[in-house]
Amino acid sequence: MKRCALTTFITAGDPFPDITVDALHALVEGGSDILELGIPFSDPEAEGPVIQAASERALRHNISLLDVLDMVTVFRSSNTHTPLVLMGYLNSVSTMGYESFARRASEAGVDGLIMVNLPPEEADLLRVELLNTGIDLIFLVAPTSTDERVKMIASASSGFIYYVSLKGTTGASHLDTSSVQRNVERIKVRSSLPVQVGFGIKDPETAKNISVVADGVVVGSALVSIMGEEGASKESILSGLTELTAKLRAAIEPESSVV
Amino acid sequence: MNETYSQPDARGHFGEFGGRFVAETLFHALDELNALYSKLSKDADFRREFLHDLQTYVGRPTPLYFARGLTEKLGGAQIFLKREDLNHTGAHKVNNTIGQALIAKRMGKPRIIAETGAGQHGVATATVAARLGLKCCIYMGSEDIKRQSLNVYRMKLLGAEVIPVESGSKTLKDAMNEALRDWTTNVDDTHYIIGTVAGPHPYPVMVRDFQSVIGQEARAQCLQMNGRLPDLLVACVGGGSNAIGLFHPFVNDPDVSMVGVEAGGLGLETGKHAAPLNDGHAGVLHGNRTYLMTNSDGQISETHSISAGLDYPGVGPEHSYLKDIGRVKYESVTDTQALAAFHLLTRVEGILPALESSHAVAWVIDAAPAMPTKDIVIVNLSGRGDKDIMTVAGIDGIEL
Repeated sequence: MKRCALTTFITAGDPFPDITVDALHALVEGGSDILELGIPFSDPEAEGPVIQAASERALRHNISLLDVLDMVTVFRSSNTHTPLVLMGYLNSVSTMGYESFARRASEAGVDGLIMVNLPPEEADLLRVELLNTGIDLIFLVAPTSTDERVKMIASASSGFIYYVSLKGTTGASHLDTSSVQRNVERIKVRSSLPVQVGFGIKDPETAKNISVVADGVVVGSALVSIMGEEGASKESILSGLTELTAKLRAAIEPESSVV
Repeated sequence: MNETYSQPDARGHFGEFGGRFVAETLFHALDELNALYSKLSKDADFRREFLHDLQTYVGRPTPLYFARGLTEKLGGAQIFLKREDLNHTGAHKVNNTIGQALIAKRMGKPRIIAETGAGQHGVATATVAARLGLKCCIYMGSEDIKRQSLNVYRMKLLGAEVIPVESGSKTLKDAMNEALRDWTTNVDDTHYIIGTVAGPHPYPVMVRDFQSVIGQEARAQCLQMNGRLPDLLVACVGGGSNAIGLFHPFVNDPDVSMVGVEAGGLGLETGKHAAPLNDGHAGVLHGNRTYLMTNSDGQISETHSISAGLDYPGVGPEHSYLKDIGRVKYESVTDTQALAAFHLLTRVEGILPALESSHAVAWVIDAAPAMPTKDIVIVNLSGRGDKDIMTVAGIDGIEL
C-alpha cells in the first residue's frame, strides 16, 4: 500500500519569532513529510479562529514576509531535504513584488507557494516569475469546484493539488470522509499530481480515515492550538508539536490499525 | 474621453483593478450569481420589478433639491442636493439591497448575510429580508456596534441577528472578513449582499448598476430643472457605492466633472484616516485588486474616520480605475471639516446629513465660493444624520 504524506502547518512567528525554526525541526522530528509555513496576514479571510489568532500573535511581533524568508533560510542551514511550502494571502507577496519574492524565496529554499485567495485565472503574472525558480505554485480545489474548474486548476498546478475537504474555514469540524473520497477521485481522473487533503483534519483518527483516500493529509489548526497555548514554555510547545505529529504519522501508516 | 466607457471586462477587471481574488470554495457561487445577474440585467421584467419596488417601497425618485440657503451662504456655484437621505431606511444603501433581494429570491436562497459599518447597509439588508421572509445575519465590528447602537437595535427589531466581530480592528473590514467566512461555510443556502461596489466580480458591477438609479434620476432632474447637465458631481467615498451610483450615468459626458471625497480623518499627514485613493497602494483585499491602506509589508492598516461608514481601508475597484485614468478627482476632508459641514447644513437647510455625506458637503463648502455662480454642482446627500446624533453630541460634550 502507498505511503500517505503528512503535511503540517504552523504560522511563522507564532507565538514569538525565535520559536519558528525550532518548531519546524520539531515537526520533522515527529515525522512530518512536508512543512507548510503560514505568512501572517492581517485579514486572513479563509481561516477559522485558531489560525486567525496565530496571525494576530505573530503580527504583534511585526513579522514581515522578509522575516519569514529569513526563518526559512535558517531552517535550510540544517535541513535541506524536507519540502517547505509557504501559505498565505496574495497581498503579502504582491506588496513585495512578484519578481523580488520569487528571487528571495528561491534563495531561501522555499519549494512551493499556496496563495489562498489567488485563483489560477488571476495568477499569470506570479506564475511567470516563479517559472525559473523551481517553486511550485499550488492551487486549491474545493468541494464546490465544478469538473471544468477542477480540470483548469489541475492544469495550472504544479507540485501537488490541495483539496479543501469542506465548505468552510480552516479548523472547522464537519468533515465527511465519503465526500472527500468522491472528490479526490474526481481530481485524480483529471490530474496525475498527488492530492493532499486539508481543512478540518484535527486528530489521528480523522487523519487515518482521510489517508486511505488521499496522497497526503494536511494538519494545521490542531498544531497551531499547541503553539497558542497560553503560558506554555518553548520546550513544552516543541515537545507537544513532536508528540502530536508522531501520533498523526503513526495513524496514517498503511499498517496502522489502532489510533 | 472619445470612446464609450465599457468597464469592466467579462472577468470583472476595471483596467488592472477588480477581478476575483477569493478562496476557491466561492467560485461556483460567484459564477452562478454572475450568470444569473448577466441575464437579469438585460431582462425588462426584472428591471420593471426593481423600479416598481423602488417607487412603491423605497419612495423613489428622490428629489433633486436646490439648496438655496447653502448656495447663498457660500456665494459661489449653485448647489443641488440629491436627497438619498429621503429613501426608506434613510440612505442610498437600500437601492442595492432591493435589487439583490430580488436576486436572492430568484436563486431560491432562504438566508441572507451582510457586513455593515455604520449600520445603514445592515438596516437596509434586514429590511428587505423582513419583507421577503428571509433569514438574515448581519456581521458588524464590535467597535461599530458601540458607535451605532441605534442601528443595531433597528436591525434586531427587523428580525436580523447581529453578530459582533471581535477580530482585527473590530470594524467594517473585519465584518467583511467574517461575512466571507460565513458565506464560504454556508454557500449552498446563503446569498451574501455586499453593501458596496467592492468584493469579487460580479459585485462591483452589480452594485453599481443598482445604485446607478441615483445618477439616472439626477441627470433627468437636472436637465428638467436647469435645461442642461451639471458642471460638477460630488460624493463621499468609503467603499464608494453612492459615488459610483451618482457618477456612472455621467461618465460619458466629458463636460461633467466629478469629485469623490474620502475620509481624511485627523489629516492625511497623520496616517489616521481612511483615504486609500489619496494615500494608499494597489493591493488585494476582499476579493478584488484596488487601492488599499497598508504598511510596507502589505498588512492592512487600521483606519480612522469620524464616520463608521467611511472607515474602510479599501475602495471599490472602479474608483481605482477612474482615479488612474483621471476621469474622477479624489480629494479628502478631515473629521473636523465634516463635522462643521454637518452643523452648517443642518442650520442653513434644515437637513441633518449623515457624517458620511457631510464629507461631500464639506468639500463643496470649501470649493463652491471660488466657482462661478452659473455653475451647477450636484452633491449626493447619501444618508440622513439621525444615526449620528449620539456621536455628534458626544464630540460637543453633550450627554443625551
